Amino acid sequence: MTLGNYIAAPLLVSGVVFFLAGSAGLLRFPDVYTRLHSLTKSDNVGLGLIVAGLAVQAESWFVVGKLLLVWLLVLLAGASVANLITKGAMQRGIKMWTPKI
Amino acid sequence: MTTELLYALVGVGLFSLGLYALFVRANLLRKILAVNVMSSGVFLVLVALARRTGAVAPDPVPHAMVITGIVVAVSATAFALMLMLRIVQETGRAELPDTWSE
Amino acid sequence: MDAQNLTQWIFDTLTGLGLLCLAWMALASSQLIKAIVLFVAFGLLMALTWVRLDAVDIALAEVAIGAGLTGALLLAALAKLTAVQTATSKAAHRSPKDRAARKLYRMPAALLLLVAAGLAYSVLSLPLNSRGLSIEVGANLDASGVGNPVTAVLLNFRGYDTLLEIFVLFLALLGVWSLGSLPPHRIEPAGPVLNTLVVVLAPLLILLAAYFLWAGAHGPGGAFQAGATLGAAGVLLQLAGWKPGPGFARLPWKLILLAGPALFILFALFTLVTGQHLLEYAPERAGILILLLETGATFSIGLTLAALFFGERPDDAEGR
Repeated sequence: MTLGNYIAAPLLVSGVVFFLAGSAGLLRFPDVYTRLHSLTKSDNVGLGLIVAGLAVQAESWFVVGKLLLVWLLVLLAGASVANLITKGAMQRGIKMWTPKI
Repeated sequence: MTTELLYALVGVGLFSLGLYALFVRANLLRKILAVNVMSSGVFLVLVALARRTGAVAPDPVPHAMVITGIVVAVSATAFALMLMLRIVQETGRAELPDTWSE
Repeated sequence: MDAQNLTQWIFDTLTGLGLLCLAWMALASSQLIKAIVLFVAFGLLMALTWVRLDAVDIALAEVAIGAGLTGALLLAALAKLTAVQTATSKAAHRSPKDRAARKLYRMPAALLLLVAAGLAYSVLSLPLNSRGLSIEVGANLDASGVGNPVTAVLLNFRGYDTLLEIFVLFLALLGVWSLGSLPPHRIEPAGPVLNTLVVVLAPLLILLAAYFLWAGAHGPGGAFQAGATLGAAGVLLQLAGWKPGPGFARLPWKLILLAGPALFILFALFTLVTGQHLLEYAPERAGILILLLETGATFSIGLTLAALFFGERPDDAEGR
């Protein structure tokens, strides 16, 4: 394993951990709003870490630029779509989950 | 059992699942979904078998056929969805008349 | 079995199981919206499978057309379905429960098991190594005018199939247009978030389509991926509330719709008239001819897909 591999491996693994955490939140949280919250935040960070891990091993700065563009587009699309889903859910009258004490 | 055979068998499974759902489900939108799953299974078989070339690049002719197939599938899906919407407009139900269980 | 082989096996088995499970859940779920969303997820996992099988062009086409545009068409049809069912007076009752008696399922299941077993047997009895036509395509790649073997097969060696495929897309649009119009359904006016998203994404998608068109000559890409990206831009614009105005049915748009099929027919007639075989290009001119064909095909595929999403003839739509 080269030096690039040594730097990239923890980045990639922690990115996967964030994705797993987001998916666990998707399965376990009680309503639409909390699930979206967990999904968007953890997926953005997870993708950023994976992009960083891949960028360390990239062949040229052009590839690094493309990877960064992918990450920015996913951020943009994820945030907008989460907003749209939430608006749609509120219009359909889906109530927010309240904790039972 | 190589990688290609594994994916080809998955493709056969997808085709069979889609065919079963096509027979058994009455709702037209579900039938359209089933046909799309069947076509995905066929594409998977084609591409998996195209990779049996060994060390050389995979066979590009099935790849071209699958790209053609994907475009044809979306055209057929769009047309079928419009037909389904007109059937619903005329008869009120999203099913063919001979499946009405009354 | 060494470690890398083992991890590949685990990955392949998990992906295969994931595909089968997603397809099962998509076909068996009780709500239609769940079924459609699971189908889109199935399409994305399929794109990952294409990359695993070294079919990057197909992965691009699957994500753009198979998962993206098909998902958008299905969701739009579901929305129009509920709108039409509430609008027509005959839809007073809900459709009967989608569940027949248990006994009725046994015969189709048994027949399907037989069919699946027969297909699996025929797949397993194929040789493990088969070169197919990869060597021949590689040998003739220089004469084809492009560097990407899939593009060479699509637009040069099997150009006739692509001609017919462009016509299938055109015929689907004609079929959809000939079915008349549906009762109008309300589209939400776009809020600031959707507006910003579309304002940022639509020009980016057009740029990306141009990139795919150019890069298809020597890398993954090509006319279909570029056309699907343009179609996605058209779908996004329609979701943000843009409707085709009264000028849409006029001649310029119809010319763009016809650009792909017409160019193909022109080239085919030209090659026939000058005494060659159908769609046979001279090697020194093949590159530029393929680029011209791909450009026309991109425009017409993009406009056709956006028009298929709109659903009805713009003439019918503007009368209301």
